[in-house]
Amino acid sequence: MRFALSPEQRDFAAALDELLAGSDTPGAAREWAERRCEPGRKLWRELADLGVWGLLVPEEHGGAGAEPADAVVALEACGYHAVPGPVVETAVVAPRLLGGDELAAVAAGEAMTTVAIPPEVPRALDADVADIVLRLDEETVTRVPSDVDPDGRVPSIDAVRGLFPVPGHGVPVGAARPHAVEFGVLGVSAQLVGAARRMLGMATEYAMQRRQYGRPVGQYQAVKHLLADVTVRLETARPLVDGAAVTLASVADVPGADVPGAQARAVVRDTSAAKVAATRAAILAARTSLQVHGAIGYTAEHDLGLWLTKVRALAGAWGTADEHRARVLRAVRGGHDG
Amino acid sequence: MDLDIDAESAAFRDEVRAWLADNVPRPALPSMDTAEGFAAHREWEARLADARLSVVTWPAEYTGRDASLLQWLLFEEEYYAAGAPGRVGQNGIFMLAPTLFAHGTAQQRDRILPAMARGEQVWAQAWSEPEAGSDIAALRSRAVRTDGGWLVSGQKTWSSRAAFADRAFGLFRSDPDSERHRGLTYLMLDLRADGVTVRPIPQLDGEPGFAELLFDEVFVPDEDVIGNPGDGWRVAMTTANNERGLSLRSPGRFLASADRLVRLWGERGEPAATAERVADAWIDTRAYQLYTYGTATRLAEGERLGPESSVNKLAWSGVDVELHETALDVLGADGEVASPWVDGYLFSLAGPIYGGTDQIQRNTIAERVLGLPREERR
Repeated sequence: MRFALSPEQRDFAAALDELLAGSDTPGAAREWAERRCEPGRKLWRELADLGVWGLLVPEEHGGAGAEPADAVVALEACGYHAVPGPVVETAVVAPRLLGGDELAAVAAGEAMTTVAIPPEVPRALDADVADIVLRLDEETVTRVPSDVDPDGRVPSIDAVRGLFPVPGHGVPVGAARPHAVEFGVLGVSAQLVGAARRMLGMATEYAMQRRQYGRPVGQYQAVKHLLADVTVRLETARPLVDGAAVTLASVADVPGADVPGAQARAVVRDTSAAKVAATRAAILAARTSLQVHGAIGYTAEHDLGLWLTKVRALAGAWGTADEHRARVLRAVRGGHDG
Repeated sequence: MDLDIDAESAAFRDEVRAWLADNVPRPALPSMDTAEGFAAHREWEARLADARLSVVTWPAEYTGRDASLLQWLLFEEEYYAAGAPGRVGQNGIFMLAPTLFAHGTAQQRDRILPAMARGEQVWAQAWSEPEAGSDIAALRSRAVRTDGGWLVSGQKTWSSRAAFADRAFGLFRSDPDSERHRGLTYLMLDLRADGVTVRPIPQLDGEPGFAELLFDEVFVPDEDVIGNPGDGWRVAMTTANNERGLSLRSPGRFLASADRLVRLWGERGEPAATAERVADAWIDTRAYQLYTYGTATRLAEGERLGPESSVNKLAWSGVDVELHETALDVLGADGEVASPWVDGYLFSLAGPIYGGTDQIQRNTIAERVLGLPREERR
């Protein structure tokens, strides 16, 4: 057993961080919210150069054929830096839904992909910007034209997220590979963990600078203990996300009907556990970070709001924590009966 | 990144599982905090030792198995899944023995470890004092030089297992002019020696799980000093890291409780009112297991446990209370009726207090993991 990032994965994380930290991702996100998408598209092209969109695309289609754990590294970085756009949909879900030609375009960074999967994902994220707009019903994937009417946008608590209903009369493009939803759940969990880590970092930094009653507020135990609690939630959520990636890796290339019941239950159990824990960590990080920042964190000008509103949006996306709790309990109980 | 169990570890796990299936006492042993239960648990340690399963992480020359950290985690998972008895020898096995391996002499190891491994000598820890709890460096019990050893006087308290144990280990102030963590010496004492008074203290469950220890010029020979006199703080940190870190709280016990909790919830008709908490308790337990696998990987690759062991402690102490409180709520009005869940609940309530309170751990995380400024301390 080796349950840790490999040296290559650590290098990949560092390369992503270096790229994104130097790219004013909050600025790109704010522009994206106003549908001035060029800075965001530039980020996506740079991420394509690092191979992010082709990680889970098979090598024969120009991808890396990498493991879900590699995608976790990439999506945690996207969450940490608030990269705008359908990052989960393109990086981890599209490879479960699309055929060879489209996948080659995804891997090359030329096909930003989004998807609606009613009821868990009722609207497609940023369908007005994406190149490929899909809808998944049960196993059936349909594609609708990408010239979506911008006026159909449903406003989100996260102004950066453009939500669009996807009509059910698209063109069938084939059957989904198994576990498409679970891959999405894994991806959004990684994104939430990244966002939580960022908000904890912002709060920690602020607590060192901000002085009240003659000392940094981070010297008060009341503040320290809040941030320590976030640390514990975050550090124990991350292994669940990695664990879910390992479980998904074991079934990724197996036809759904051939996956034994216990393993299928483990996929549901582990991805859902990851979503619950990542959501709890991110919501706690958001609330705590806002509290530590005080009024400045409540302003539109401060960047904290980019992450705070995003994690609230992601908490409900791809299944709520309560829905995933129910899935965990069903899977564990199924193991008892079987 | 993987969660694969190698063939050797799997074979070891299977051996443990098979042996436990044949040997775990039924019905369960009486509480180890009673005279009768203590004796029964001592015998159980000897049976484990006969199967060479009492100290699996120790080297083979001391009847261990040289088990890797992963193998130890698997051992613990099997041990608690099988409902095997609590370990009356755990203070010695998991706190003193690692200290002896790190700082003891060969003579000390040869003299002490075999009897510890068989439960023939059960050790109590003697850290806390009336004026030194989480702030252990404030301790006052003293050791005064005499011919061939030391004369120990003072008072220790909340000393786990001391009501029935044979010996104890702890820190004593050997330099009367020293302050805080300087001038301390790590000593091992015979609880039957002249000058020792043991006053058992009943715990919440009414049984004397710990005791107060009074020392009045108790002679401790030089051979029972671990490390150099005056160097006790550094020596003790080995043990402290073992208590707060991996060793005392492997996920095995919590995993077994989490599985039982979900079963209990099912047997009670899956009440919707407690579904969220049952799920969270199971998820938090699984998270702690995977977190521990990650820690084991890093340790196996030569990293050391640093201040993040405080994350470990907060995680398990929280999970233990969460599991048991949830189970009692699932039981509803039956929750107050004596049961293993009630015992486990009372046991879990100590977790946030000992080994450095949860509040001290939060300070450690804030200051040493996150880098927030230290509070001014007098």
